[in-house]
Amino acid sequence: AVVRGCGGVWCRAWRRGAGGPAPAPRGQRAVACNARGGAVPAGKSGLAPWVPVVGLEIHAQISSNSKLFSGSQVQFAAPPNSLVSFFDASLPGTLPVLNRRCVEAAVMTGLALNCSINKKSLFDRKHYFYADLPAGYQITQQRVPIAVNGSLSYSLCIDSKMSQMVPKTVRIKQIQLEQDSGKSLHDDTRSQTLVDLNRAGVGLMEVVMEPDMCCGEEAAAAVRELQLILQTLGSSQAVMAEGQLRVDANVSVHHPGEPYGVRTEVKNINSIRFLAKAVDYEIQRQIEELENGGTIQNETRAFDSKLGCTVPMRDKEGKQDYRFMPEPNLPPLILYDAKSLPANMNHQQVVNIDLIRERLPDLPSVQRAKLVERYGILPEHSFTLLNEDGLSEFFENVVKQTQMKPKKVIGWILNDLLSYLKQHSLTVKESPVSSFLLADLLNLLEKKEISSTAAKQVLAELWKGDGKTPLEIVKEKKLELIQDQKELEQICQAVIDGQENEVIMMVLG
Amino acid sequence: QVSAALKEGRVTPTELCQRCLSLIKSTQFLNAYITVAEETALKQAEESEKRYRTGQPLGVLDGIPVAVKDNFNTAGIETTCASNMLKGYISPYNATVVQKLLDRGAVLLGKTNLDEFAMGSGSTDGVFGPVRNPWSYSRQYKEKSALKSQSEDEESNWVISGGSSGGSAAAVSSFTCFAALGSDTGGSTRNPAAHCGVVGLKPTYGLISRHGLIPLVNSMDVPGILTRCVDDAAVVLGSLAGHDPKDSTTIQDNFKPFELPSLTDVSKLSIGIPKEYNAPGLSSEILALWSKAADLFKDAGAKVIEVSLPHTRYSIVCYHVLCTAEVASNMARFDGLEYGHRSNMNKSTESMYAATRREGFNDVVRGRILSGNYFLLKQNYENYFIKAQKVRRLIANDFVKVFQSGVDILLTPTTLSDAAPYMEFIKEDNRTRSAQDDILTQAANMAGLPAINVPTALSERGLPIGLQFIGRSFQEKQLLSVAKWFEKQVKFPVIQLEEVKRHDHDVFQHQKSASFS
Repeated sequence: AVVRGCGGVWCRAWRRGAGGPAPAPRGQRAVACNARGGAVPAGKSGLAPWVPVVGLEIHAQISSNSKLFSGSQVQFAAPPNSLVSFFDASLPGTLPVLNRRCVEAAVMTGLALNCSINKKSLFDRKHYFYADLPAGYQITQQRVPIAVNGSLSYSLCIDSKMSQMVPKTVRIKQIQLEQDSGKSLHDDTRSQTLVDLNRAGVGLMEVVMEPDMCCGEEAAAAVRELQLILQTLGSSQAVMAEGQLRVDANVSVHHPGEPYGVRTEVKNINSIRFLAKAVDYEIQRQIEELENGGTIQNETRAFDSKLGCTVPMRDKEGKQDYRFMPEPNLPPLILYDAKSLPANMNHQQVVNIDLIRERLPDLPSVQRAKLVERYGILPEHSFTLLNEDGLSEFFENVVKQTQMKPKKVIGWILNDLLSYLKQHSLTVKESPVSSFLLADLLNLLEKKEISSTAAKQVLAELWKGDGKTPLEIVKEKKLELIQDQKELEQICQAVIDGQENEVIMMVLG
Repeated sequence: QVSAALKEGRVTPTELCQRCLSLIKSTQFLNAYITVAEETALKQAEESEKRYRTGQPLGVLDGIPVAVKDNFNTAGIETTCASNMLKGYISPYNATVVQKLLDRGAVLLGKTNLDEFAMGSGSTDGVFGPVRNPWSYSRQYKEKSALKSQSEDEESNWVISGGSSGGSAAAVSSFTCFAALGSDTGGSTRNPAAHCGVVGLKPTYGLISRHGLIPLVNSMDVPGILTRCVDDAAVVLGSLAGHDPKDSTTIQDNFKPFELPSLTDVSKLSIGIPKEYNAPGLSSEILALWSKAADLFKDAGAKVIEVSLPHTRYSIVCYHVLCTAEVASNMARFDGLEYGHRSNMNKSTESMYAATRREGFNDVVRGRILSGNYFLLKQNYENYFIKAQKVRRLIANDFVKVFQSGVDILLTPTTLSDAAPYMEFIKEDNRTRSAQDDILTQAANMAGLPAINVPTALSERGLPIGLQFIGRSFQEKQLLSVAKWFEKQVKFPVIQLEEVKRHDHDVFQHQKSASFS
């Protein structure tokens, strides 16, 4: 499916109004992506086209009771410095002890992303001085990470109605385990920096994606799919607003057939929506810069969500040399599979890749396929179901409890339930109407006891959440369809009797 | 001996503790201790006494006064590393080895002096001043040195203790405690043990937990044991060794403590004499002693063969790269934020870091940090760090080959010469000194092998000379058995500490030659 648009190649022509048929900008985004992702010739303007290249580095906080190398608890928004062990504060003489749960989470994630899992991986120290990095170095996996060479399949929707889904793939370079840093709070007025070490040492998985994307929309879709996978696995809660998922984007542009351009790294992206905006802004900025005869600096830029643009980050020291060194206090991390598992090993001490593979839950792509197959719904509807936490379970529960066809149920779920929840910023779990109540209502409709207009009225009552059943509301409001011929005639007669003048007028014409 | 006396009630833990404390006071001029924990020591002794009274002592170590090098964390007692950076620092936790000693009823007298952050070979480079070798004040040394240089001022004649665990070696040598913990990265336990005439054991890397030992080089550091005899070292080793969940580099298997057999027959042993240890600068009397020791084994029927460890001569330069790189990394945490010294400089966080580290570290530490960071720079990493790691592997493989060829134990000198007078020693800088002094001890750290200094004889100047045995990985029992046999043959003389004798005759009588096992 080839869609109209520049198709992975960005043209400047239309912006200058240089004539020729130019695709109109849609909303805030200037240019759409094309399903093939390849370069196409420039527009009639004759200007050379630009190929944007986007790669992502994603830090996902591992969902675990304790930190990567210490026994301290992990908890969001705990009182400052209340979850800090001697090791986290880097007291002299303390040593790291690897958390097995974090290793398993990384293996799980690696398997879900089709990576090959390294049976032997290594830890390294990355040095830099910063107030929220108490040891003066971060323990990470620079040389041999735990998982490499994977891929992530995701779907890109081409128009806003989601009726066109295009399958895409991005290669995963590697997944590495590493420590999170603490948090610095700068008080500029008193020129003080306050440090909270609660986050220091929390386990992170850094997922490095190859530069296989070409616009903000692709980057956003890929991250959204990754987020769903992580949440399905339970390896990360991946809530961007709570910093459990942090995305940095590497962006560059070049002409087709030429080597990649100088890239910038965009940080400080707090939501998937902003990711798309930040990437597209940065692509556009680079193109403008280059077309105006400028050059792109290899720099780190921050996305300003209020202004919707990227700005250079103050980086006084310029490029740092991290002076990587093997972490001498941790032996190589050895993983086993069914074949290599030594017989006399304590099973509490080893991580068995095959066992983790067996226990992997259905990934979102499989879940969607199953929904489509089992209920005959449209593929794009399966995406919507999975995009909202708990929505597909809600849908399945309703289906189980009603005689209505799933294809019809989905309309109620997506058009009525979901839009109401969105309007009121509620999650599925917070819905005042349970799957049971909705099923009840849909059953009334299915049995033709009420009309679909009446059903909407009942639903509107149900949102109030005052504990009435659909049937009670129907009775109370007398919304049932009247099955009795005589009763119907009486009502009609009553209406006519009550409106004598109008009737006369009508009869007179 | 003392343990038996404690059991039989001939002496109580409190008496023993008090005597040691009083000896510490009378030998204060040695500067062996940085902190003396008189109050807690007496409390621990009382607890021990209660256990003996109820007939439930915790074992051989119960009530035994010990000292710990001041780079091991001790809860409630200052841990300074002899550095301005940690002056006044009180750790909230005990190092695993300290905890294990306390759990077995040992009485912790205090923390011993060292080179700043254990960087040195003389115990002369700490902020609390140099440690004086107790043998400087022995009758043996005075008689000999008086013959030579009567004119010289006595004050300038004192000799260094060796290092960096000089405080621990001096403390054991001067009878102020029965055992002490040191640390050994390139010879820091064996070197001062040799100079102070005590037993100094560096166990196999991974046998004893490093948790709580403030690191110098994580991949080489091992807690060391200093005692007056080999049997005592075996007892302390037995109480410290084994897996520690807090140190991922300790062995998984459980360690079984052992009692050392009294070998009578060494004829089945094969002793290797590595020819590279006849290094430039080795004093002729040590060379002679070394070959005498080899003869001793030969005469007892052991097989004594010359072996070669060809890469040993690269070990110093290789160590320099690996050590400074890890130092640069390990010292990064001392930034003045969480603990330790913080400079008053408050222009910016960076300027505070810089001032803190300039004020907190001495030249030696700063020098190593600088060179370490240089070796770790991206453009140098391959050429220095990676190369040094490869050389380290070659050095370790040398040992593997020799042991595979059937050699059981290697016999070498521990130091190039006897202890130098302080005035002589400080003529050279720390780097030169360390390079020279570690030359015979350091390869064992590169390879992670167990090694022990056994005091062997007195030099012409009346100072101790020790020889070193290096064993196979985790074969401490064999190593110590051979060391014990050797110890019995050489009958190293007891130090005649005149000043102590004068000061506290009774105490000295009781402590004399006392071992606790």
